Amino acid sequence: MTVVHSAPRFASNEGVQAALSTALGDMLVEAHEEHGEILLTVKRARIEDALRLLRDEHQYQQLMEIAGVDYPQRAERFEVVYMLLSVTKNHRVMVKVTASEKTPVPTVTTLWPNAGWLEREVFDLYGVLFEGNTDLRRILTDYGFEGHPFRKDFPLTGYIELRYSEEEKRVVYEPVDLPQDLRRFDFMSPWEGANYVLPGDEKAETPPVDEVKTTEKKSETGAGETTNAKAAEKVAPAERSSGSVAGQGDANPAPVDTGQDEPDAPKPTEDRPDRKPRKETARDTSGATEPEENGED
Amino acid sequence: MAGLIQESSPTTEGEAVSNYTINFGPQHPAAHGVLRLVMELDGEIIERIDPHVGLLHRGTEKLIEHKTYLQALPYFDRLDYCSPMCMEHSWVLAIEKLLNLEVPLRAQYLRVLFAELTRIKNHMLNIGSHVMDVGAMTPNLWLFELREDCMNFYERVSGARMHAAWFRPGGVHEDAPLKLLADIGDWVDKRLPELFGDAMSLVVDNRIFKQRNVDIAVVSKEDAIRWGFSGPMIRASGIPWDLRKSQPYDVYDRMDFEIPVGNNGDCYDRFMVRVKEVYESAKIIKQCLAEMPEGPVQSTDGKVSPPKRGEMKQSMEALIHHFKLYTEGFHVPAGEVYVATESPKGEFGVYLVSDGSNKPYRCKIRPTAFSHLQAMDFMSKGHMLPDATAILGAIDVVFGECDR
Repeated sequence: MTVVHSAPRFASNEGVQAALSTALGDMLVEAHEEHGEILLTVKRARIEDALRLLRDEHQYQQLMEIAGVDYPQRAERFEVVYMLLSVTKNHRVMVKVTASEKTPVPTVTTLWPNAGWLEREVFDLYGVLFEGNTDLRRILTDYGFEGHPFRKDFPLTGYIELRYSEEEKRVVYEPVDLPQDLRRFDFMSPWEGANYVLPGDEKAETPPVDEVKTTEKKSETGAGETTNAKAAEKVAPAERSSGSVAGQGDANPAPVDTGQDEPDAPKPTEDRPDRKPRKETARDTSGATEPEENGED
Repeated sequence: MAGLIQESSPTTEGEAVSNYTINFGPQHPAAHGVLRLVMELDGEIIERIDPHVGLLHRGTEKLIEHKTYLQALPYFDRLDYCSPMCMEHSWVLAIEKLLNLEVPLRAQYLRVLFAELTRIKNHMLNIGSHVMDVGAMTPNLWLFELREDCMNFYERVSGARMHAAWFRPGGVHEDAPLKLLADIGDWVDKRLPELFGDAMSLVVDNRIFKQRNVDIAVVSKEDAIRWGFSGPMIRASGIPWDLRKSQPYDVYDRMDFEIPVGNNGDCYDRFMVRVKEVYESAKIIKQCLAEMPEGPVQSTDGKVSPPKRGEMKQSMEALIHHFKLYTEGFHVPAGEVYVATESPKGEFGVYLVSDGSNKPYRCKIRPTAFSHLQAMDFMSKGHMLPDATAILGAIDVVFGECDR
């Protein structure tokens, strides 16, 4: 695919993936290239060795970023992505490891001092543990915050909200109370990509029934005394109810007139006072609403 | 004199004073926002600094996961609110990289022009506040005049003084009027060099300013690399590293400009690198104005860029495109990219993971301030308490971006 976008152009990826894959050897799990980016997945326990190798022998001197990503459906749900930059080769690679809540990732603060805060951030927002990081405190969330807010199963609104209390003269923490549900519209086209069942589609999936229902005998049809009695009941006349079939009322029983007002019924409103009749007919308004000829709109 | 030589101090009445801890911020004018520094001091000497960040954390990245690609764009203006368009730049380039979308040449020129105008705008604030942090008042007021001019240009091109949302995936939102481009040209030729030159003539050779900045927080080349420095911070340490030159995006490869580099890596060098960058940005703006071709400013791909309003009223297809783009939004092919641009403060990156839907699966923003602020501890060690404000001013930190 020819590159037509104008995003930053760094040195060519040609041969880099093969060279780095060979160098990483058994540390490597998987390597691929997409959208002009080289992604190397390495074994979690060997991440420090892998990054040291890339830093010392392949000139990736700078650690620019560590990003966490959450894929709740995977067995090891988190990915930790290290963005490396080589200022001498003018090249970037991304190195990944996977982790779960319980499997700590070895720290890389031994290689780059700025990894400290980056790891703290991933720990704070995702709950990934970094073994060997001596200062693994929360960094972005509030003092005393509980939970890891960037996990996919953490709600966008959170659980706690705070406000200034006039009675207590201080800021108080309370459970989130939304007067209106958080609005989340699904604009995805049902014809492409939407991953829910369209109304009615579930019928196509219905398995065949085991016992086929038949009406061989009279007792199976539902006809009989009870049905006749029910049919003889009076129902409301068509003009008093919003019957779904023309000329027929709905199945509500006919109301009994007791001659008394309902206790809570509102009083009937007065008739509108008579209005004076209009003196003249409406003026011709086409001149005001239609454009002049040859005129600009 | 005899009394002074004695160990007993008049204030402590002879009691030995051990290290003590003070709180700098979160509400302090020199903290450049909501930064809390827990400082351990020995007298007036800084022993240790523990910066507490995150007081402005708004969960931008999580909010972006719940928005379409276009709806997420205005969040970027609100990251580094001193240089909004440079924040948008990384975002739109990341989307374009995933889509492999071609941007018309005029749009690329306009983006570079306004990215450089944003750089001037950002440096006006930072240079001014850095100068004010160490005691000078006048230059800041003059530089705010220039910053105000930049905001007026912002308003004339996008309708908003700060949060422009003008860069769009596939180009820019609206073409810049000819009069505006002419006015920017006049401004860069006359008003900027005049006013900026005047303001800087008060500062750069000023004895007090030099005493407060020269040899403060010296960072070696090796340390700058190890701590993940970027932007003016790494250039002041003597490394000529600028993403506009080394990894050019848009039409930066057509621009002829120099990269200012410092010799000593102290606060004064960081300041001077920014001063020189203002003149280089002005050079780029002039080249953009001279070379900018005519043509469309939005990608012609109707599946990404919305149609013009007039077209929408005439053509059924355009109406459908308009409706789909502003309800469902466009879909971005699955994949992941890390796109970093040279924002005025350094490398501003976006790590974008797409699952092929109309919303980003994950958007990690790489703030420039995170690595720089983390180095605050080792940069300040052994310096005096008032030097902390100079160091902080020279880092150029904005908390909208740092805390996200």
